[in-house]
Amino acid sequence: MLALQVERLARHYGEREALSDVSLSLQRGQTLVVFGPNGAGKSTLLRVLATLLRPHAGTVRVLGSSLPEEAWAVRGRIGLLGHEPLLYRELSARENLRYHARLHGIAEERVQEMLEAVAVSDRAGEPLRTLSRGMVQRVAIARAVLHEPELLLLDEPHANLDPAGVEQVRPLIGAISGLTRVICSHDPAGGLAQAHLVLGLRAGRPALLRAAAEVDGAEIAELYR
Amino acid sequence: MRATVDAPAQRQTMTLRRTVGALLRKDLLVELRTLESVPGMSLFAITTFVVFHFALNRNSVDGDLAAGILWVTLLFAAILGVNRLFVADADQGGFDGFLLAPVDRTAMLLAKALALLAYLAVFELIAVPGFALLLLAPPLGHALPGLLAVLALGDLGVALIGTLVAALTVRTRARDLLSPLLALPLFVPIVIGAARASSPLFSLGHSAGPSARWLLTLGLYDLVFGLIAYALFDFLLED
Repeated sequence: MLALQVERLARHYGEREALSDVSLSLQRGQTLVVFGPNGAGKSTLLRVLATLLRPHAGTVRVLGSSLPEEAWAVRGRIGLLGHEPLLYRELSARENLRYHARLHGIAEERVQEMLEAVAVSDRAGEPLRTLSRGMVQRVAIARAVLHEPELLLLDEPHANLDPAGVEQVRPLIGAISGLTRVICSHDPAGGLAQAHLVLGLRAGRPALLRAAAEVDGAEIAELYR
Repeated sequence: MRATVDAPAQRQTMTLRRTVGALLRKDLLVELRTLESVPGMSLFAITTFVVFHFALNRNSVDGDLAAGILWVTLLFAAILGVNRLFVADADQGGFDGFLLAPVDRTAMLLAKALALLAYLAVFELIAVPGFALLLLAPPLGHALPGLLAVLALGDLGVALIGTLVAALTVRTRARDLLSPLLALPLFVPIVIGAARASSPLFSLGHSAGPSARWLLTLGLYDLVFGLIAYALFDFLLED
């Protein structure tokens, strides 16, 4: 069963074309890794799939629902981890997660469970602005998976994490989670190891789209030249 | 049968209430921690009353002049709160967090309007006694019950228009300039209605109640903007 079905997707910001002619499909439970230099359109693709940006051309189906018409049907089934943690700096980790739990109608017990899962429970009462970037990233990961989404959209999920942090979040956002994932990455070896499907973007256009087993690191490095 | 028909609507109302509660609680917590809106509004109002005190070269004012000074000052101070209303959400990704949740977007309109209403109420606890102390000729005590009614209706209008304008401008680069430019013309009917309704309360010599005609005008203006805000707010949050 398909989790994502994208046909000739285009999206622009004013005159600038951020995405053009992107087509792909991804089975449920599989991982798509998107490579490309800064400004290639990776984050825009994630935001379109997350229902936060409307596609300007083409068709997009996420978890069986067509966007933007049926966006309401997939909200709450998607977990987004972007460049911004989507957390309030003046609130504590616990207050932030409680707020998101209430928005998603989730029991409060899940908040404590997630704080422990990302090893932030000791400092869960402190304002987020006093925590290190790595800790904030872990709280952001907890926020992204708090509502047990079916589809994870992850933009450089390991940014700011130390090796121990990467291990801590692996059960939540790693392959072991069994979730359908779209990951934006700049790490050819790490990204390829997780991918079923690889998409390479250059200036908003697909420059590479193949099964991960058929892609080697040199092709990905070529995207950045 | 009726219970079956009403169940989804009841569930929807409960979800809306829960969402509004979550948003409002978050906004009040953030304001309590940052103190970005209410102290600034209060300081602005008190400073303005002091400026009026010296600029008019009068120890006290009454009637139309008192009502005009009070309402113009309250509305200019409210602009400061309007400007800050969505800033934390826009700058820290709160909009995206909210838009990703499976909730009715009207909840954000209600929560933000309630938050602004709360800021105005707290701010007026400081500004109105400050006005009475620095400028008002008749004692505030007699005018207070009527003034509370005018304040309630005036604040409701400011909260609805302010929320709509703040949502419209927050994602623009010139939001600090655009908010007052858009909000002030829309606030004009509130200034007129509230000042005219309050004027009899501030008259020397005889104590009258607030003008019912102007209270009704304020109420109707609030209703119209409540409906406009409800109709437009969803589109303002969309990409």
